[in-house]
Amino acid sequence: MVERNYPALRETIWHGVLPNGLNVYVDRRPEYGKQFAFFATRYGGMDLRFRGEDGEWVDTPQGVAHFLEHKMFDTQDGSALQRMAAQGVDPNAYTTPSMTGYFFEGVQGFEDNLRTLLSFVSQPWFTDESVAKEQGIIGQEIRMCEDDPGHEVYYQLMEAMYAKHPVRIRVAGTVESIAQITADTLYQCHRAFYRPGNMVLCAAGDVDPERVAAIAGEVLGQDRSAAAPASHGEGEPSRVVQRYAQRAMPVSMPLFELGFKGSPAPKGEGLRQRLVAELACDVLFSSSAPLYSRLYEQGLINGSFDSSYDELPGCACLIAGGESRDPRQVLDEVLKEAARLAREGIDPELWDRLKKAAYGSMVRRLNSLDDTCFELAQAHFDGEDYLSFPQVFQSIERSDGEALIRSWCTEDRAALSVIRPLD
Amino acid sequence: MEQQWKQLAEGVELLVNRTDKFKTGLLSVTLTVPLRREDATAGALIPEVLYRGSKSYPDMERLSAATDGLYGASLGPAVRQRGESQCVSFLCSVIDDRYALDGGAVLEPAAALMGEVLLDPAVDQGVFRTDYVKSEGANLADRIRSRVNDKRSWSIFRLIQEMCGQEAYAVDKLGDAEEALSAAPEGLWADYQALLGRAKVTFYYGGSARPERVEETVRRAFAPLISGRRAPVECAVPAEPQGPVRTVTDELDVTQGKLAMGFRTGGVTMDSPDYPALLVCNALYGGSANSRLFLHVREKLSLCYYASSLIDKLKGLLVVSSGVEFGDFDRAQEAILAQLDELRAGRFTDDERNAAIRTVVNSLRGRLDSQGQMEDDCVTKLVYGVQPDDGGALIQSVERVTAEDIAQAAQRIQLDTVYRLTGKEGAAHG
Repeated sequence: MVERNYPALRETIWHGVLPNGLNVYVDRRPEYGKQFAFFATRYGGMDLRFRGEDGEWVDTPQGVAHFLEHKMFDTQDGSALQRMAAQGVDPNAYTTPSMTGYFFEGVQGFEDNLRTLLSFVSQPWFTDESVAKEQGIIGQEIRMCEDDPGHEVYYQLMEAMYAKHPVRIRVAGTVESIAQITADTLYQCHRAFYRPGNMVLCAAGDVDPERVAAIAGEVLGQDRSAAAPASHGEGEPSRVVQRYAQRAMPVSMPLFELGFKGSPAPKGEGLRQRLVAELACDVLFSSSAPLYSRLYEQGLINGSFDSSYDELPGCACLIAGGESRDPRQVLDEVLKEAARLAREGIDPELWDRLKKAAYGSMVRRLNSLDDTCFELAQAHFDGEDYLSFPQVFQSIERSDGEALIRSWCTEDRAALSVIRPLD
Repeated sequence: MEQQWKQLAEGVELLVNRTDKFKTGLLSVTLTVPLRREDATAGALIPEVLYRGSKSYPDMERLSAATDGLYGASLGPAVRQRGESQCVSFLCSVIDDRYALDGGAVLEPAAALMGEVLLDPAVDQGVFRTDYVKSEGANLADRIRSRVNDKRSWSIFRLIQEMCGQEAYAVDKLGDAEEALSAAPEGLWADYQALLGRAKVTFYYGGSARPERVEETVRRAFAPLISGRRAPVECAVPAEPQGPVRTVTDELDVTQGKLAMGFRTGGVTMDSPDYPALLVCNALYGGSANSRLFLHVREKLSLCYYASSLIDKLKGLLVVSSGVEFGDFDRAQEAILAQLDELRAGRFTDDERNAAIRTVVNSLRGRLDSQGQMEDDCVTKLVYGVQPDDGGALIQSVERVTAEDIAQAAQRIQLDTVYRLTGKEGAAHG
């Protein structure tokens, strides 16, 4: 394990690559009472098509990565969830479009729990019976999501924005798609993506970096084979598919998300583009920028209004949303403001302030061991050095923000998704 | 961690948790008043109106610019219900001076800004600005009405309304939507003055600054609040249900049913000797992935997508919350109660007891790694006059909880009210 110091943040990260190809990152924080471990594979809800061992393309049902995540907790000796819960830790997992991560936090028995985590994630155990049972449980989860307007407004936006990119596909799949999953499907996907070389282990808290690496080497073995290449569809147009999408659900007030379809960052530029795009989001949508107050004072938005920059392999976008009596009017105002910024540029004082605020927020985020590990893992998959953000901030100019707004925040790259109340 | 508590005046106190482990400091001020139907709306609306603008930063844009300039100080209002009290707070998280790019102090200007927002609002003819009151009143009404959007928390909210309808506990801490819409500047200004004058005041700071520096900063920034006041804080704790079990059913356009069940803990609350046993009992019953509700009701019987329990440590309540198919309400309810009977009869293993103890210890220790949770725990205790400590004594008591203690805690827990949220077409989906 090699130490890397980040003096501006008073952090030290230990990093190593095991002989089996696994990357290990450890953020040692002896002053914390708890330890956190995050074990992730570069495989998520959008990786539906990949090249199998015989070289042929394999198409898998929507929702399989998430289904696999649920089933990984089953082991030959029972449920790893209960085994760890008996130690008082509550392991959990989630699946994003591009990643599946398993984690736990605890205050005692870290090494035993780490072994359990590494072993259940790397050793699949599925039966047709357990798959059939999970179809019922996940079917319920899918239906619960379908009742959640916040979930629906997001996917409706993705479907409006993207023609081909699998970000438009629901990570959990549908009741129909998961019905096609069998134990064989799960074994095949596990073989394709759960290989040490395609995975990352991050740990933080009062832990010994060398022990973390040693345990990972012991439990995961020496298999060095590479993961299957995945396909995410080619030729996604820069324009949105549909400018406006809406449906009705039992909500008290219309819920909306508007999106600007951007371009994915060039290799090695991911962190920089993220900081620029988040600042552009702030310039447009933050409460210290002119548009927010104007919309708020007109009663067009309320405190639920929020914005974010989303990036996945092959796609990037700005999203803003919340509740509004008139979402179309909000979009009109946003487009007007973007055009003004493109024409007149960003107020230099505003830009400096927002940069300072963004820096402070990222420093604050490091309080959380979970967030730190998640960021380290994500940055690893993106080939970035997350904790270099103070330096990256310094290299970002106002003109970078203006250029991004000019090229992304235009009418043909904008889509609006609305969930309106039932009549 | 070094802890210092100090009374600054009668009914006004400051707690400082000094620690270097975080990259930020957290400062909060909390005004606590009894939760009453006639005052709740004002209590919820006042901080929102204050947060719209102060004397020197009279609008949102300028106020946000001020926090941005303090490295994105995260300043905001919070209205919390603690037992039968409404706690009106402002919280401010600021980066530690060590990370400030220009090397200046951040705590003092942040406290000064917070003090100004709370005590020196933007006014028009001596009262709140009409436009701020109107728009925040509308926003608050929207928030109250949008409670229904999240069906899981809505089902618990409705359960409490039904179960504690005769107690102050059921008063919505956000108040009433109609009242929020009709709030007027003069009336709200009078409520604001009353709140400042009568509330119990609790200051909290967690971070690397020394207690003396914090005290001086607080005294300077909040001077008008540091005056004696008599502010009784009480919470009625009925030990048992007041009559037979009631079942209430609502219909809404949902695809999945929600079942929420409310129990009384037999009068056991945060400061009872039996509280550690209740914590462990709850972890074993429905408070962890190793719990009976999770293992038996969700995993083994597949009756619920989720089934968990939580306790209110001030009011002496235990609530089971679950998501079920419309056709499974009766079976799920039976299964949930059957598991409680198992605990009452002491039918659980030592492994289960140990796992539950570890879960509780983990959670108690883990809270010390979160500035927000530490603030919340300390403020909750201070509000009810319980001296905060480093948590060690409670952890030790939890570790000593016996099987008999758990069974006794379970025997004291009694079902009061059942709430069912079902679809508009009845059992058609089931």
